[in-house]
Amino acid sequence: MSVEAREARQPWILLSPALTAVGLLLFVPLIFIVVYSFWLRTASGADQVGFFLDNWQEALTDRFYRDILLSTLRIAAITTLVCALMGYPAAYFIARSRGNKAILLLLLMLPFWISYIIRTMSWINILGVSGALNTALMWTGLISEPIQMLYNEPTVILGLVHFLLPFMILNVYVSLDGIDQTLEEAATSLGANRWEAFLQVTLPLSLPGLAAGGLLCFVLGAGTYITPLVLGGPSDAMFANLVFEAIITQLNWPLGSALSLMLLAVLGLLVAIYNRYLGMAQLMKGLG
Amino acid sequence: MTDKMDTTTRLERLRERYMNGDLDRRGFLGLIGAAGLAYGVHTPFARHALAANVSQVRFDGWGGVVSEAFREYAFDPYTKQTGIEVVDGTFGGGDEYLSRVKASQTGEYNIAHLSGVFDYARYHNLGLSSELNEANIPNLKYVIPKLVDVFRAVTDGKLSCVPYDYGTTGIAYNRKHISDDEMKEKGAKILIDERLKDKISGWGDWRTRIWFGALQTGQDPNNASDMDAIWDAIRAHRDLSLKYWGSGAELMSLLAEEEIYVTEGWSGRIYALQEQGHDIGYMDPPNGYGWQECLFVIKGSPMEPCEELLNFMLAPETSIAVAEGQNYPPALDPQKVDLGDKIPTLPAFDPTGKLAGLTFADPQYWNSNEADWSKTFGRVQKGY
Repeated sequence: MSVEAREARQPWILLSPALTAVGLLLFVPLIFIVVYSFWLRTASGADQVGFFLDNWQEALTDRFYRDILLSTLRIAAITTLVCALMGYPAAYFIARSRGNKAILLLLLMLPFWISYIIRTMSWINILGVSGALNTALMWTGLISEPIQMLYNEPTVILGLVHFLLPFMILNVYVSLDGIDQTLEEAATSLGANRWEAFLQVTLPLSLPGLAAGGLLCFVLGAGTYITPLVLGGPSDAMFANLVFEAIITQLNWPLGSALSLMLLAVLGLLVAIYNRYLGMAQLMKGLG
Repeated sequence: MTDKMDTTTRLERLRERYMNGDLDRRGFLGLIGAAGLAYGVHTPFARHALAANVSQVRFDGWGGVVSEAFREYAFDPYTKQTGIEVVDGTFGGGDEYLSRVKASQTGEYNIAHLSGVFDYARYHNLGLSSELNEANIPNLKYVIPKLVDVFRAVTDGKLSCVPYDYGTTGIAYNRKHISDDEMKEKGAKILIDERLKDKISGWGDWRTRIWFGALQTGQDPNNASDMDAIWDAIRAHRDLSLKYWGSGAELMSLLAEEEIYVTEGWSGRIYALQEQGHDIGYMDPPNGYGWQECLFVIKGSPMEPCEELLNFMLAPETSIAVAEGQNYPPALDPQKVDLGDKIPTLPAFDPTGKLAGLTFADPQYWNSNEADWSKTFGRVQKGY
């Protein structure tokens, strides 16, 4: 075998374990889900094998699913916006800090050491009727009766922001860290004040990081079901909760498959739009 | 006679040859890969062959004190006597567990601590029931006959389970905010009382919601005639509720932290709160929701070892210990077995063993409407 042929084969040999894993753990199950979505659930709970379009028809035409999907996208968008507003200053501070950058990054990673569910449930102890915040407010005399703060849409968004903020900060940080600081100095030497230099130089250059963080926050936020389950009220379900209910509670795997593919298609479309205009390279940097 | 070499020994010897330099790296990795492939290909078929020589039985239950009691009083003595290990798994809910069993291979799951006769019927309808040889379970004679008969009715006189405990889903209320007299007066309607808006909760389970909707609209939960009225009652309850709870731990937390003042609740969990000193009242309204749990043997399980384990679990000392741990009366007939001091104080306990005061869900009625009602509830729950 020639050297060229061996070199051409090498990347595939090195990639083969990863490709096998992706194929077996992602594409094969995905094919199963696609096949399942065309089956039917019978009254006894058993699945009827065949090619039926009923689940797709229901998922695509029923207003209930469309409304919950739109509500899910709205909650994910608000969460992403809040993460951007809160995450950008934090990322800027870390990127511009000297000496203690490693410690700040370590602090940023700390929440990942605790289970996401535990972190979500911690808000019950903070915002509950007998939680830390109500207790403090009553102790200081600011309120005489505890305030009901939990189990509504704002607390769902709060829980999602708590979960997703580190992803935003990391992506923006990576982008800011790669910007040559002398560009800002050049702008100020040409007459711009610090705020103008930030608006006209730093912010535009860091937008790819902001967009990558936004995409990650949006996709992860739109696909969650634990947060609304723990922190939401009766009407605060998101689309993933419908998938969970169809598969686990109603034992309707075919409909659950169609719903999960629908969510996958919507989020996949967003990723494709992002890739078309901004490319995936920035996202890879942030994830790396 | 040639001794058979198991997979672990074979791989250990292979590794030893490689470490000794008798085998090059490429050869070692190739043989490991071939062994992995061979194991993967033969295991699903070998499972059936291995079943003939049972070394372990899998039990799945609700975890916590119940599992601890099972481990101490049933599993360990059973292993000591038979040499068969009991692998102890847990689940968060019956629906979740059924999904796992449905996705599993035959024989992977063996015995489950299931709730309700309708779950028993669901397993049977999905072809997951087995047929117990009752001669291998002599302790079955201690069980309340009424509890056994309802299971027999589902599976043509045979049994795929043994009854294990029973309880009620009644109304739990905070006595600081709701008096016993008010509860007696309002009964199930307390759950749609506007005065308590945002201090009400309920289980996010479609059966429970419909059952209490029937009580609130004056209908028979096992034969409702006006479902529209029931859905309206469920909507009214939803609009007044702070949230639906999804587990016993969440139910206890919401009541103990006074996030809510009233909800329906499981009798054993409410008893546990009372034991902890919380001033929580508990009331079973007329036609309140009674249920029973069973130990179900799933199709494809090794029957004799499972039957023997069920017999261990039904032994009075095991049943009583588990009942005291989980605060639900055991299925043992108080007319035949001395149940000790604590069990007669548990909510829903019937000293006669007739259970005449409890209303159980009619499995045929509920299961025939399951697909439609569970789906509709999913929508009503979310504001529709």
